[in-house]
Order: sequence, then C-alpha cells, then structure tokens
Amino acid sequence: MTDTIAEPPASLTRKDFVSDQEVRWCPGCGDYAILAQMQKVLAEIGVPREQTVFVSGIGCSSRFPYYMDTYGVHSIHGRAPTLATGIKAVNPDLTVWVVTGDGDGLSIGGNHLVHCMRRNVDVKILLFNNRVYGLTKGQYSPTSLQGHRTKSTPMGSIDYPFNPMSVAIGAEATFVARTQDTNTKHLQETLRRAAAHRGTAFVEIYQNCVVYNPTAWDHTTDSSVRDDNIVYVEEGKPLVYGRDNDKGIRINGMIPEIVDVANGASDELAVHQESLDNSSYAYMLSRMQHPEFPLPFGVLRDVSRPAYTDMLVDQVKDAVDSGDADLNALLHSSDTWVVE
Amino acid sequence: MAEPPASESSAVNAEMARLMDSVVVRFSGDSGDGMQLTGDQFTNTSAVLGNDISTFPDFPAEIRAPAGTLAGLSGFQVNLAASDIYTAGDAPLVLVAMNPAALAANLADLEPGGVVIVNEDAFTRNNLRKAGYDANPLDDESYLQGYELHRVPLTTMTRAALDDLDELSNQQKDLCKNAFALGLAFWLFDRPMDTTLAFYQEKFGKRPQVVEANTRALKAGYAFGETTEGFQSRMSIPSRTDVVPPGTYRRITGNEAVVLGLVTAAQKANKTLFYGSYPITPASPILEGLAALKRFDVRTFQAEDEIAAIGSVIGASFAGALSVTASSGPGVSLKSEGMNLAIVMELPLVVVNVQRGGPSTGLPTKTEQADLLSVLYGRNGESPIPVIAAATAAECFEMAIEACRIAVRHMTPVFLLTDGYLANSSEPWLLPDLDLIEPIDIEHRTDPVGYQPYMRDEATLARPWVVPGTPGLEHRVGGLGKQDVTGNVSYDPQDNEHMIKTRAEKVARVADFLPPLDVFGPDQGDLLVIGWGGTYGAIRAAVEQAQAEGRSVASCHLRHLNPLPKDLGKILSRYRQVLVPELNMGQLSMLLQARYPVRVIGLNKVQGQPFRIREIVAKINEILT
Repeated sequence: MTDTIAEPPASLTRKDFVSDQEVRWCPGCGDYAILAQMQKVLAEIGVPREQTVFVSGIGCSSRFPYYMDTYGVHSIHGRAPTLATGIKAVNPDLTVWVVTGDGDGLSIGGNHLVHCMRRNVDVKILLFNNRVYGLTKGQYSPTSLQGHRTKSTPMGSIDYPFNPMSVAIGAEATFVARTQDTNTKHLQETLRRAAAHRGTAFVEIYQNCVVYNPTAWDHTTDSSVRDDNIVYVEEGKPLVYGRDNDKGIRINGMIPEIVDVANGASDELAVHQESLDNSSYAYMLSRMQHPEFPLPFGVLRDVSRPAYTDMLVDQVKDAVDSGDADLNALLHSSDTWVVE
Repeated sequence: MAEPPASESSAVNAEMARLMDSVVVRFSGDSGDGMQLTGDQFTNTSAVLGNDISTFPDFPAEIRAPAGTLAGLSGFQVNLAASDIYTAGDAPLVLVAMNPAALAANLADLEPGGVVIVNEDAFTRNNLRKAGYDANPLDDESYLQGYELHRVPLTTMTRAALDDLDELSNQQKDLCKNAFALGLAFWLFDRPMDTTLAFYQEKFGKRPQVVEANTRALKAGYAFGETTEGFQSRMSIPSRTDVVPPGTYRRITGNEAVVLGLVTAAQKANKTLFYGSYPITPASPILEGLAALKRFDVRTFQAEDEIAAIGSVIGASFAGALSVTASSGPGVSLKSEGMNLAIVMELPLVVVNVQRGGPSTGLPTKTEQADLLSVLYGRNGESPIPVIAAATAAECFEMAIEACRIAVRHMTPVFLLTDGYLANSSEPWLLPDLDLIEPIDIEHRTDPVGYQPYMRDEATLARPWVVPGTPGLEHRVGGLGKQDVTGNVSYDPQDNEHMIKTRAEKVARVADFLPPLDVFGPDQGDLLVIGWGGTYGAIRAAVEQAQAEGRSVASCHLRHLNPLPKDLGKILSRYRQVLVPELNMGQLSMLLQARYPVRVIGLNKVQGQPFRIREIVAKINEILT
C-alpha cells in the first residue's frame, strides 16, 4: 500500500518544503505545529517536491498550500476534494494532499468529502478540527458542541455536531485516523501512515483556535487529565489507557465498556485491529466520546481497496492499449454517403 | 410476410409518385412508442439516398408519462429535400399519429391538405378520453375535412404479421408497430428498406426473434402501402441536384458533434481529454458519448454534483489535461463560483452550456437562448470570459475545437453555447479532412530560469501553463487577489485594479484572432438580420426568401459573442435597420445597443420551440413595408 515513488533523494530537509511566503496565522495557532510536522515528514519520506500537490478550500487551514514549497491550489470553499480528484485522474503519480477544516470539509464541502472517500480517490485529507469558524471570526461549526455560545449562537448552539471519524467510516473511507496539533510525535507518525496509504486517507487533527475556541481541546492537552481522556490505538495491542495504564476498553456485545485493568480484567480487553473488512468495530471506536469515554487517537481503520483514480486510469489504459483509436474511423462510424 | 412484390402494381404506384422538392414529416406517439427511433431510421435512409435533411425531435421531460396522454407525447419531425434546407420545416405535410393524443396535439400544425396516418386500433374509448375527445374524431368528417386521412389498424396488422413468433409476448409484438409504421412511410416516400434492415441486425442481432419481428413488421407496413388502395399518390423526393460540396457525409446531432469535436481537439493537441460532468438534460449525451471513447485517452468523471464537475475540471487543467465540462442552465448556475476560480487561476478549460428553457428547472427538454447574459455577466466581480456559440448541429464539431483552441492559447476558461434544438436535431455533415485541421499548439514551460507563475505572453497576455511534476517550477495559485507576474497574494488596491484590467484585456485580445464576419446578401441596405446560435437555419431561410421577393436584406450570424468580432460595428452601420431574432427576451439586442451606436428591433420568442421561418419572414416584411 505504498506509493510508487522514485528513489528518495537523500538531501531533502524540512527547509526544502518551506515556501517564501510569510506565514499569517494568529500567534499560537495550532496550524503552525501541523505545518512544521508536515514539512518534516515530507522531507523524511522523500517524495520529490514537484511530485507533491497541496489543495485546499477556504478557511484558516486552507492557507496551508501557500506555505508549502510544492505545487498547490488554494481553491474555493469546500471544493478541494473535487480539484484533487481531477488532478489525480490526470496524473495518478502525483501525491495529493487536501487540507480542510471542520467548516470547509464538513459543512459547505460535506458532499464532496463523503463522495471522495466513497470513491477512494487516492488523496490524503487532513481535516483540522477546531470546532469553530475562525476566518469568519467565530461562528459555530458543524463540530461545535450543543450549547456552544458564539456570535451566531448567543443562546447556545442547538445544532447536533458531526463526529468527523464516524462520518468518514460511514462514507466508506479506507483509512481513518485521529491525532492532534501539539502531539508532535503522534502527529508525525499519523502523517507518515496517511502518506503510505493508497486510497483516501482521512486524518482528523484536533487543532487549537487560540482566538475563538481556545479551550475546545483542553481535555486532550492538559497534562493533568489528558492521559485519562485519550486511548491510543495500536495494531494488535489491547485498548489500555489512563495515567497509570490502569484502564481499558472491553466490548460487551456491540457496546464498549471501561474496565479497571488493575482489577485483573486485562484478558477481556479489546485488541485493536485496523484492517477488519467490516467497519463496525472502527465505527464503534469512533463513537467513544468525551467525557463518557476516552477519545481514540491513532489509526482506527486501514483497509485496502482499489483507488478510484487508479481504476479510472487502468480502464483508459486498457482501452488505449486495444489500439483501436482511429479518429477518422470514429468520424465515419455512422451511415455515410458520398457526394461526387 | 413476403418481400414487397416487385409487381405490376408497384410499377404503377411508382409512376404515380409525386415528385416533390421537399416534404416535412412528423411522427408522434407515446414516449414508449419508439418515435425517435422511427424518425431516426426514416432520416438515415433519406440521407443515404442523397436528400438534404434536418430533424427536430420534441419529447417530454418525463421518461414515460401516462400512456395515451398529451403529456406523454414524443415527436420527431424531419424535413427531406432535394435542395438546401436550413430547418426541420415550419409545418408537416405528413403526420403519423400513433394514438388520439398525437392527433389532437399535432393536427393544427399540419399543412392544409396534409396526409394523416393514424393507428386506428389506438382510438379506444379510454385513449379518446385521455386525449380530450368526447367522440371518435375519425368518424367526424368535418373534423378532418381538407386532410387525406388513412385509418390503419397498425396494432392488429402488426400482431398478425408476427402471429407465429411464439417466443414473443403480445406486448413485445406490439412494440414492433413502429416498424410497421416505418415500413408504410418507406413505401409512401418511395425509400428502400435496406439501411433499416441492416440496423435491426446490428442492434438486435443477439436476439434473432426480435430481428425477425421488426423485419417482418417493417416489410408488412411496406406491403400494406403497396396493396392498399387508399393513398392518392406516393411522394418522392429526388436526390439533391443543387451544388453540394463533394465528399463523404453522415448525419449528426449537435451533441454528437460536440463529442467528436472535443476528441478531435484533444488529438490535435496531443493531450489527454478530461471530461467531468453531472447528468443533466439535454447535455448528458455528451458524457455518455465521451465515456465510450476511452481508447482516445478520454477520461470521464461523473461527479457527485455540478460543482464537483467544474472543480474536477479545474484540477485536471491544473494537472495539464485538456479539460471540459458540460451542463445546462441550472447546472451552469451552480458552476459560477468555479468558473471564477478558473478565470482568476487563468487555467484553460471549456464549459459547454446546452441551453434549455428556463428559469429554474424550466423546460428541460425544450430549447431556448436565454443564458447569454448569464454566461457573460452572471458571476461575482469583474469576470471576463470568452463566449462562442455554434450555429448548426454540424458546426458544433468545429466550435468545440475552436473553444479548446481559445482556452489553451489564451489560458482562460471558455463558454461554448449550444442549445436543446442543436443538441438533438440533426443534419448532414461533410466529414472533415482531419489533416486540414490545424494542430493545437501547447507549450508547457519546463525552464525554471526566470519563471514566475503570472508572467505573460506579450501578444496574448496568457500566463505559462506549468504542469505539476515539473522540477523547479513548484508554485501556488488560488482565488485570492494577487500581484501580477509573481502571482503572490495581494490586497494592494493598485494590484487588484491592474489584475482586473489585465484579465479583461487578455480576453479582449481574443478578437485579434477572429476571422472577418460573413454577411449573406448585400453589404449595405435596408435591413440586417443578425443572430447567434441555433437560430441560424430559420434566419438564413427567411432572409433567402425575403431576398427572393426583392427585399434589400442581409443576414450575419455571430459565432463569437465575447469578444465580439472587430468588424461588427462597421457592418451594423451599413444598414438602415437591424433586426435581432432571439429565443429570449432580447439579450443580444441589449449587448449590441450597449456596445454600438445602433437601435435594433428584437424578434423574441420564449416558447421552448425554435423559430419558424415564416415568423421571421413576417417580421422582415413588417419592418420593410
């Protein structure tokens, strides 16, 4: 499931992926951390800059392509997956990343996001989730919690929020993961995994908007509580979490339950499997929400299914190889008559 | 049924065949009756015989509206001629009506003295009621007075002819009654059956009983004409004797011509053709046509919506393919934001707008020309875009190539306007010599030295088309305001105005590449009739008629709507009056009056139907009398 890429040039460094544009996010914005890790990971992976395209829509996160010294398109609101699909359909050798946010990807662009994942277009989608509209200055988003007070919800939001990973799994995504802006190592590893996936890789990145929603992810960043609020899922390992690794997740029927590992319950714990064909387990994990459950971080699902864009190009190649492309014959392919 | 006998009676009938210069025939029936196929076959045979032909199918938006009703009617009109014709004709001389609704809906259009052939079996009490008849009109002499009526028990006779085909149900046998009607029409117009017999073999070859059934029904219909004595005379339209350019011809619809034009353009540009679109009437046949041509490296993408379609095309263009989408009014509206992104990113792509009756969902299967101003001005901000329009079904071929040529030469999205009439109507097409079509030259810059994303060609102001994968030319483009040359995001007031003026000038310079306009008729005089798009045929025929009556009238047809050709102003000034017939409320009229010191007279119609020749003739006479 790796990209077919040329020999990685040994010399690439993070700096090679830094463009000459001044970065204009608010001081302290989580986007800086994501940008830095992306540049670092790309240098490590060694995909040539010219073979890499970043496509975005509109929003704070969507300024991302300007800061990457690769090919890039800053498109229109919600439509990045559509451009990415066109790019891959023409040149499947390119590595295409879509950078989007909770408003861009799940509100105005929801339709394109789900269809891109359903088709399994070979693009990596990074959804920066900060549960608020930042660029338009603080309205609630499709991932804002009910009751969230913003300028457009002075009495609290009455919208029920989307869970991005549940949406992705429901939309048949073949790779679904969650990570966080400031969780440097985990973010790097998750980006590496996404890059290695052939097909749509959907990554939800908890991202902190320091201006309009600065406390949204405190429960996953505050060192005094975060370990009790996150369960890191790893292939083949039991779902254990907690500051002292003293809690675990057991599956009772179709429902997850928290059990106390210290009480000797570890045999019953669920063991993580990313590549189950049936997506019910991954979906169940995605439904574990704060504060009732720890939030799953890591790769929830990674299965192999032919990518739409590869199949499209294969069909065309088969047809071209049939060697029947005679344009003059095509024009004549109807009842014809001759005028002398 | 036996072969049509080459008997004495046949010879007698042939002698009696009335030679005619042209005839208009209309087939009408339920949308499940196979009227389009019947009309197609009748037309193909006539075209192969050497007639000029022009067809106009007219069908409902519903796939199968309730059988027997007016809403469910599907019609196909064809004009056959021994000389040049430009439209499918104003009024049919022969009507084939498969049920009472078809008679009720079409009788008023028929020429006085016209021939009416009805399927008598379908005139049941139930069908009569659905068509709004209180009593059977076939029994009412006054109702059909002045017409030559033929009551043919089509269903009964078709069933009789297929009696022993045990594998077929009665329902399947009844489907063959259109073949019987077609056979009768072949006899009436003295046409051979071989083209259609070969078609049945090709289409139904895997089901021998179906081939046999259609073949028998066709021959039975022919034999019925041969043996019945009801017809006053057969009609025969000889092969064209006027001067027609020599060469190989085929029949083609506008949508088919767009498909072939796009593939030809891609081959001439040595490019992958990427086509992203969402199904919509009447543009879907372009998607279907191209999907079957993957062997020419055509990559089709049926998107989740119209917005995704234009988005995919912008992405494909960025990646270096010749990229095209098509839609119709409602879908084109949805593409507006994407079009503007392509305008600002200065990427080449083509949007084909197969116009239909609007506004909103409007009349999906009917024709109109009311999107001109919306494609020119229907986007936010100053948003200049080249717009061209095909005049005839066959011309859609070369206009598709022209659209691609403009797009890549000037690095801009281009609108190609066609319409529901052009898309579905057909006419003869002289197959082009592919070697004579100029290559489409495309240069993708690969040299990083001195490269800037928005550096410009001196003559065209086009920016370089650099394709991802090219080392050293990595760059970012987007929809934000930008600085010229560098393409860097800029909110500087001067940069913004400079870019707006530069994009406008770039599009204006397309006019440097346009050929001089053709004027048909005197180069100055009393009246210039000016049109655009699918009204060409009706305007041309009307002007010919007015000229023959001694009027000082000329016509000029615009293929390029933005920018307008440079010589248009001078041409307009040479006539005392200007008439603009349009299937809208006066959109080209408004443009011309805004751009030139001219007052124009509009002839406007928004009924979902093309102009009749006589409507334009009447207007010319009114102006010049």
